[in-house]
Amino acid sequence: MSLWSYANPVKFLTLSAKVQPTLWVLSAACLCIGLIWGFFFTPDDFRQGSTVKIIYLHVPSALMAINAWFMMLVTSLIWLIRRHHVSALAAKAAAPVGVVMTLIALVTGAIWGQPMWGTWWAWDPRLTSFLILFLFYLGYIALWEAIEDPDTAADLTSVLCLVGSVFAVLSRYAVNFWNQGLHQGASLSLDKEENVADVFYFPLLVAIAGFVLLFLALVLYRTGTEIRLRRARALMAREQRA
Amino acid sequence: MRALLIRDLSLAFRAGGGFGLGLAFFLIVTVLVPFSVGPQSALLASIAPGVLWLGALLACLLSLDRLLALDFEDGTLDLLATAPLPLEAAMTVKALAHWITTGLPLVLAAPVLGVLLNLPEQGYFWLVVSLALGTPALSVIGAFGAALTVGIKRGGLLMSLIVLPLYVPTLIFGAEAARRGAQDMDPTMPLLMLAGITAGVVALMPFASAAVLRVNLR
Repeated sequence: MSLWSYANPVKFLTLSAKVQPTLWVLSAACLCIGLIWGFFFTPDDFRQGSTVKIIYLHVPSALMAINAWFMMLVTSLIWLIRRHHVSALAAKAAAPVGVVMTLIALVTGAIWGQPMWGTWWAWDPRLTSFLILFLFYLGYIALWEAIEDPDTAADLTSVLCLVGSVFAVLSRYAVNFWNQGLHQGASLSLDKEENVADVFYFPLLVAIAGFVLLFLALVLYRTGTEIRLRRARALMAREQRA
Repeated sequence: MRALLIRDLSLAFRAGGGFGLGLAFFLIVTVLVPFSVGPQSALLASIAPGVLWLGALLACLLSLDRLLALDFEDGTLDLLATAPLPLEAAMTVKALAHWITTGLPLVLAAPVLGVLLNLPEQGYFWLVVSLALGTPALSVIGAFGAALTVGIKRGGLLMSLIVLPLYVPTLIFGAEAARRGAQDMDPTMPLLMLAGITAGVVALMPFASAAVLRVNLR
């Protein structure tokens, strides 16, 4: 029993039907605990006041925005190399989730930036590269929508995802060079010294876990929808021919 | 390869409109800028390198859908795909032809338009150098976008949406080099990065373009 056996849509659907309820419940629980703990039971920051609490939405969504693209990159590669349809459909299913995460990160960032930096938007490297990531997502989704033949669409979007990844990384370093930042350094890293204080750290971890689980549940759900849609189309085509 | 290049070039020169169009667009964008931001010469001088770069980029983008669309419709691309010449080489040649007909005239016209925007004297040389180094990258990346969307009816707008984010690094380093040149700073660093990007995409992008073109032709 290897991972590849789930490339079979039936096996994939059975497994995802089995895990999905658990994922939904767990993600709802984590989000509730993380957000309520974060919003009501942590002290205000001594400089930022209560605005610091938007971190529980901002950081997890930003993290997932990047990870969603990374997941699309991996599934696109699997599609190009091993031609598993489920993989291509998973990439298609993840893109709208990713774009929403990017949007949440941008909007919460703007709301946070207004009282802190005195501006909704600054052409800071991190902000700019997120905006570029957002544009990449839009182009990717638009390309999926524009092509009728599903295999052609999967091929073209996969290559776009690969090329886009290279250029997204390139843009990240280019904007770094282009302008100095307002944005603070990393809130989370393996290096303990750089982390936010523990009172904020633990609810943040729970919120991140909630976002990850939510992303997994959404992607599984949407992939299932795509598979069934593909199946329904095949059935309809067969009936028309008969 | 040479035959293909000559064919593309002569088509661009003779089949009216295609050749001068990008240049005319570049001129119009440059002329419109003072109307939109005001005629103060100090302001124009400070934004001139960026505006010229942006204008060149948009002019490049505008001419992209002519790069493959006509050949796709009349079946030339199918012939090219079955020809002994690898499709990667054909895409490189097509991008080169696009650069000669669009990018090169833009590079040569940029100093003239710089006068209109009151570009500082020391900026002309670096503007031309940065455009000459950067526009090949624009053509090659654009060829990928054109190959990606060639099968789509009215794919022009979609192509812009896909290609423009890919232009970001080139634009950043190119405009930065031109700006530093105009302000009498040392533009070596962004120029090197720009040259690196161009070398990288010229070497690698034709493979991606040929791959998506094969998908579109099957």
